[in-house]
Amino acid sequence: MASAPGVNYLNEKSGLWSWLTTLDHKRIGILYMISVMIFFAIGGAFAMLIRYELFAPGSQLVDGATYNRYMTFHGAIMVFMVIIPGIPAFLGNFIMPIMLGAKDVAFPRVNLMSWYCLMIGATVAFISLFYNGVDTGWTFYTPYSITTKNGTTWMVVGAFIIGFSSILTGLNFIATVHKLRAPGMSFWRMPLFVWSLYSTAILQVLATPVLAITLVLLLMERLMLVGIFDPALGGDPVLFQHFFWFYSHPAVYIMILPAMGVVSELIATYSQKTIFGYKAIALSSVGIAAVSFFVWGHHMFVSGQSEVAGVVFSFITMLVGVPTAIKVFNWTATLYKGSVKFDAPLLYALGFLFLFTIGGVTGIILAVVGVDVHFHDTYFVVAHFHYVMVGGTLMAIMGGIFYWFPKMFGRLVHDGMARLSFVLIFAGFNVTFFPQFILGANGMPRRYFDYIPAYESLNKISSIGAWTIGIGFLVGLFVIIHGLLRGEKAGPNPWNSRTLEWQTPSPPPHENFITQPVVTAGPYEYR
Amino acid sequence: MSTVSTNHGEHHHAHHFDSAEAEYEASKFGTWTFLVTEILMFGGLFVGYIIFHQKFPEMFHAGSKFLDWKLGAFNTVVLLISSLTMALSIYYAQHNDKAKTLFNLYVTLICGGIFMVVKYFEYTHKIHMGLLPGALFNPQGAEAEAAFAAYSNLGMYFSFYFTMTGLHGSHVLVGMGLIAWCIVRTHRGEFSSKYWTPLECVGLFWHLVDLIWIYLFPLLYLIG
Repeated sequence: MASAPGVNYLNEKSGLWSWLTTLDHKRIGILYMISVMIFFAIGGAFAMLIRYELFAPGSQLVDGATYNRYMTFHGAIMVFMVIIPGIPAFLGNFIMPIMLGAKDVAFPRVNLMSWYCLMIGATVAFISLFYNGVDTGWTFYTPYSITTKNGTTWMVVGAFIIGFSSILTGLNFIATVHKLRAPGMSFWRMPLFVWSLYSTAILQVLATPVLAITLVLLLMERLMLVGIFDPALGGDPVLFQHFFWFYSHPAVYIMILPAMGVVSELIATYSQKTIFGYKAIALSSVGIAAVSFFVWGHHMFVSGQSEVAGVVFSFITMLVGVPTAIKVFNWTATLYKGSVKFDAPLLYALGFLFLFTIGGVTGIILAVVGVDVHFHDTYFVVAHFHYVMVGGTLMAIMGGIFYWFPKMFGRLVHDGMARLSFVLIFAGFNVTFFPQFILGANGMPRRYFDYIPAYESLNKISSIGAWTIGIGFLVGLFVIIHGLLRGEKAGPNPWNSRTLEWQTPSPPPHENFITQPVVTAGPYEYR
Repeated sequence: MSTVSTNHGEHHHAHHFDSAEAEYEASKFGTWTFLVTEILMFGGLFVGYIIFHQKFPEMFHAGSKFLDWKLGAFNTVVLLISSLTMALSIYYAQHNDKAKTLFNLYVTLICGGIFMVVKYFEYTHKIHMGLLPGALFNPQGAEAEAAFAAYSNLGMYFSFYFTMTGLHGSHVLVGMGLIAWCIVRTHRGEFSSKYWTPLECVGLFWHLVDLIWIYLFPLLYLIG
C-alpha cells in the first residue's frame, strides 16, 4: 500500500470531516496540537489577568471572589488540558509510532476516542463558567469543594472525562511500544523520547483511575451527601488529599517525563554526538515513574499526617533527585565536545536545563519537612512548580514544536524569530518567577488576590515579566503561522538526525514509511 | 484449550498490523492493561472501605446486618455461572459452533439481567427503609432506628454500600451491552476459529466484573 510520490498524510484526503474522523495518528496529533494551543491561549489569558490583578495592592480589576475563579481556571486548564496532553498526546502521538518504525499506534480508534474525550471533557468543564464558575482551585480540596454552590460539579465531571483521554492515550502507547516495534527495534534501540513516553504511559494508566474514583466520590459527596470526606458525617477530608495527591503527584511526572524525552532528542541531534549514558537516561525515566508513586505525602506536611509519615515522604521525595540528576549530568556530558549548533530548538533545550535545574533544586528545599512548614502555601511553592512546569515542560514543548515542525508540515520555521521567542520567554520567565521565590521566602501566601504594600515592588516586576512571556508566546505563534504559510521547504532530514522519523519524507505518507524500515543500529550513532 | 489452533489464517486485519495474530495479541494486551485501570479505580473504594471499617468496626457490622446475605449469595452464584458460560462461548466460537456460542452468550446476558433485577429489589428495599448514604440516612422502623441510635454515623456504611455496588452495577450494565454486541456479531457469523478477539476481550472484562463482586460480597454482606 505504498503511497504515490508527493502524497502525504496532509494532502491525502481533504475536508473538515476527514480530519474529525481520521484514524491516522499524525492527523490526531495535529488535532491535539490545535486544541492544546487554544486551551493554552485561554489558560494564558487567565494568567495575564491574574498578574494584572496582582500588579498593585488592592483591587485592580476584579474582586477576590472573581480572582479565585481566574486562578482556578488558570490552574485547571493548564494542568488538565494543556500540560498533561501537551507532549504525549500531541508530539508523542505524531512522532512516537514513526520513531518505532510502526504504521500507526496499536488502537487508532481508541486514539481518536481519547481526543474526543478531551474535547467533551473540556466542553463540560467550560459549562461551569455559566454556573458562576469554580473557585476551589484546581485541587478541589474538601470540605470546601463539597459545599461551594456553583459550577464545581461541571468542572469535576469535565476533569473525570478528560481523565479517560489520558488513560486511553497511555494504554495505546504501552501497547504500541510492546507490540508494534519495527524489525530490529529492540527495547535498547528505542529513542529516549519513546522511553520517556513509555514511562509516562505507565503513570497515566496506573494513576489516573485513582483520580477518577476520587472525583466520583467527590461528585457523590456533592450530589448524594455520602459523607466519606465530610467530617460532619464522620468522614475524613484528609483522605481526599491522600487520594487526590496519589494521582496528582505522579501526574506531575506525567507532565515532566515527556519533556525530558524531548530534551534528550534535541541535545543528541544538535550535538551530533552519541548520547552519553543512554541506558542510564532510559532507566532513570522508569525510575522516576516508580518512585513518583511513593511521594504524595509531601503535599501534606501540614495537613495533619503523622511526623513519621512526614519524614518518610520527605526522604523518598529527595530520592527523586537521583534519577533526575542522572539525566541532567548525562545531557551536559552529551554536549561536551559535541558539534553544538545553537538553533532555536537547542536553545529551548538549554533553557529547559537551566530552569528545570532551579525548579528541581528548590523541590529538594521544599521536601525538607521543617523548611516546608515555613514555605507551605507561599509563593515559593508557586515559583517552584512554575520553574518545573513552565520552565521545564513548556520549554520542551516549544523546542519540540520547532524541532519536529519540518517533519510535521514539510517546512522550516524562521530560526531567527524562533530564537527571539526563546529570548523573550526565557527572560520573561525568570523576571516573573524568580521574584516569587523571594516573595514566598518573605511569607507572601499564594492564592490571595491582595497583599500588603511590602510585597509591591517584587509583584510589579513579576507582572512585567509575565507580560513579556505573553509577548514571547505570541511571537512563537507567529513563527508557527509564518512557517506554515511562508516556511522554506524542508528535506526529509534537515537536522541530520539519526532517529527513524527523519528517515522518511517530510511530511510522512499515510503509513509513515514508503517501505518497512529494518533497524540495524541504535538511535544516536553519530560518531 | 490447548487443542485450539491459534492460527488466525486469512482473517482480515487492520492495516497497521503485520498479521492477524499480531492484532489479536495487541488487543488482548490492551484489554489486560485496561483491566489494570479498573482494578486501580475500584482500589480507591476498597482503600476507603478498609480505613473506615478499621475506624468504626462495630458500625460497619451493624450496617451489614441490614443486608440479606441470601440475596448476595444468590447473586454471587448467578455471576459465577455467567463467567462459566462466557468462557464456554469463547470455546465454542473457537470450535466454529455458532449455535452453542449463541446459547452461552444468551445465558450470560440473562445472568447479568438476573443480577441487576435482584440488585433492584435490594436497592428499593433499602430506600424504602431509609437506609440511604450519609446525610440522606433516615431510618424507618424499630430495628433501623435502634441501630441508628447506637451508631449515629451508620449512614457511612450505606455510603460505601451504594457507591461500591453502584459502580459495580454500572459495570455489569456496560458488560451486558458488550455481550449484546457480541451476540449481534455472532448472529452475523463474524466469529470463528479464525477470529474471536472481541469475544475474548469482552470475556476478560466480564470476568473482572465477576471477580470484583466476589470481593464485594463478603466485605459488605458477611462481616456482621
